[in-house]
Amino acid sequence: MTNRTHQSDPTPDTEPQTLKLSGVAFQWDSSKAPLRYPDVTLQAGSHLFLQGPSGSGKSTLMSLLGGLITPSEGRLEVLGTSLASLSSGQRDRFRADHIGVIFQQFNLVPYLSPMDNVRLPCRLSRKRLQRAKPDATTEARSLLTALGIPEDSWHRSVLQLSVGQQQRVAAARALIGGPELILADEPTSALDTNNRDRFIALLLELAAKQRCSVVFVSHDQSLANQFDQQLHLQESTR
Amino acid sequence: MNLKLAFSLSIASLWHRRNVLALVTLTLTLSITLLLGIQYLRTEVKQSFTNTIAGTDLIVGARSGQLNLLLYTVFHIGNATNNIRWESFQDLKTDNRIDWLVPISLGDSYKGHRVVGTTDQFQKHYKYGRGEPIELARGAWFEEVFEVVLGAQVASKHQHNVGDAVVLSHGGGRTSFSNHEATPFTVSGILAPTGTPVDQAVYVSLGGLEAIHIGWESGVAIPGRTVTPEQAKERDLTPDAITAALVGIERRILTFQVQRDLNQYSGEPLSAILPGVALSELWRIMGQFENVLLAITVFVVLTSLIGLAAVLLSLQVQRRQEIAILRATGASPLLIALLYVIECLLLTLVACGLALGVGAAGITLVSPWLLDTYGLKIALRPLSGTEWLILAGVPLAAVCVSLLPAIKAWRSSRKQGLGHANSW
Repeated sequence: MTNRTHQSDPTPDTEPQTLKLSGVAFQWDSSKAPLRYPDVTLQAGSHLFLQGPSGSGKSTLMSLLGGLITPSEGRLEVLGTSLASLSSGQRDRFRADHIGVIFQQFNLVPYLSPMDNVRLPCRLSRKRLQRAKPDATTEARSLLTALGIPEDSWHRSVLQLSVGQQQRVAAARALIGGPELILADEPTSALDTNNRDRFIALLLELAAKQRCSVVFVSHDQSLANQFDQQLHLQESTR
Repeated sequence: MNLKLAFSLSIASLWHRRNVLALVTLTLTLSITLLLGIQYLRTEVKQSFTNTIAGTDLIVGARSGQLNLLLYTVFHIGNATNNIRWESFQDLKTDNRIDWLVPISLGDSYKGHRVVGTTDQFQKHYKYGRGEPIELARGAWFEEVFEVVLGAQVASKHQHNVGDAVVLSHGGGRTSFSNHEATPFTVSGILAPTGTPVDQAVYVSLGGLEAIHIGWESGVAIPGRTVTPEQAKERDLTPDAITAALVGIERRILTFQVQRDLNQYSGEPLSAILPGVALSELWRIMGQFENVLLAITVFVVLTSLIGLAAVLLSLQVQRRQEIAILRATGASPLLIALLYVIECLLLTLVACGLALGVGAAGITLVSPWLLDTYGLKIALRPLSGTEWLILAGVPLAAVCVSLLPAIKAWRSSRKQGLGHANSW
């Protein structure tokens, strides 16, 4: 597997790096060759664009960053914490406290209203609740407003929202309570060009306000230049 | 905090899937109603059964087993092996330990209902349930020789009213070919329903029984020796024998003493039984099948619970995405598993609540009909300790059953990566 990394000017090292990968590899199955990742360092507040064909290990990397799995080799630090040193329960708490996640689609818990979906992280993490300004409901309201979700749909079923709206509600959920890192796994692949550009602009703008780093996975190379750093994974030659 | 979240998520999730889950809940409700109903009814029926006769301290009859004596005197089932001589009965009356005596004379029938020859003491001293006296719904207790009082069921079944003429049949059985046609009786009163065999019987005076048997000494009417009602009234209608007697003893402490003395009565062989003891013994024999019935309903409930778990398991496939979102947001596998346990528990609690409502409504609606049609007295009452325990056992069983989907969810969410279940 070959990887290329485009690194922009690193920001002064005043706080722990959001991400630090060195020699990370992961093996799902002992019969297959492990996925090997290039070394990456992401400063707080900078964004990483992650690109690669399917099977190149993008989702696995996201699972690693999210602490759902731990690397079989190498060292992975998120916000200065080595996730491998935490128990699975501690990793769940770490994820709840520090990481927001946006999926490709069907991002919302179907039986919760958009409002409750956005507030969900504050109910799972005390830290996120404390950081929500001034409180979870108010921050949820301002995020939903900023992301252009009409107020009359805040308390209705999420199934009545358009796909674009659903993704923006998911972005609000990822942003609430000021997490340090947002993992966005192809969040725009189900959106049309207009919606896509608007989504990325809003996400990055709101993330910048909170000095929150975004790791953005996409097939779409044209989006790459909106991000500080880029990482191209290539299909393993197994 | 976590538990509160789990509860609110579970409630929202159940509400979201209410259409699918309504049917399982209904099944569960019905099976819990069945379970609770069976337990309730068997307690009630037992209560009603063991209170068929109350306030009577001893039943005296000719020497026989206590069940036999109980069956023919109280339940009007079977026949007496022998009679008590009238002298012996008079002798008992002189015993100052005995406060009251109710003579009972059996043998005839009216359309399959037992005719009980007795006195006005019967109405005064026969009690049932928690000491309730028998009451007349209409008319009055018999005073004349040819007057009869009908049990509630007898009156309603044959649509008799006060003043109707009734012809008694000789001997038991539904269809008798020898009827006391020459000596018809007039209905003087109709008893209120009691839910006891009293409802099924017909009451006449001892004298009345004597009167209709004049000329019947050989078992059939001998032409020329029978009399008209008017002639009968002229005769001495004191009976020679009675079948049994109910004995009341105010000083309860003497009951066993009197019982022993009666069992050793020198005049003739007698048996004295404690009705309560005999009733319990009878219930023990009959009560076996109700345990089987209860066991069956327990299985019905278990089956519905397994059905619930199966539905939750099949819903798991649909819930993969939702679980992935919760996991990504920081929910632990334990929380995910907890959702299944709580959902199962909540559904069962809802079903239990509904079952209580359905049961209470059912009993309220059905009890008047049961009393009218079957003479069964089932009243609405607060649940007993045992019934609460049985009811509490259902959510407990539900939690056990829910571990099946819960453990499955826990294991798969531990292995799941970020995003869709198969995203790697």
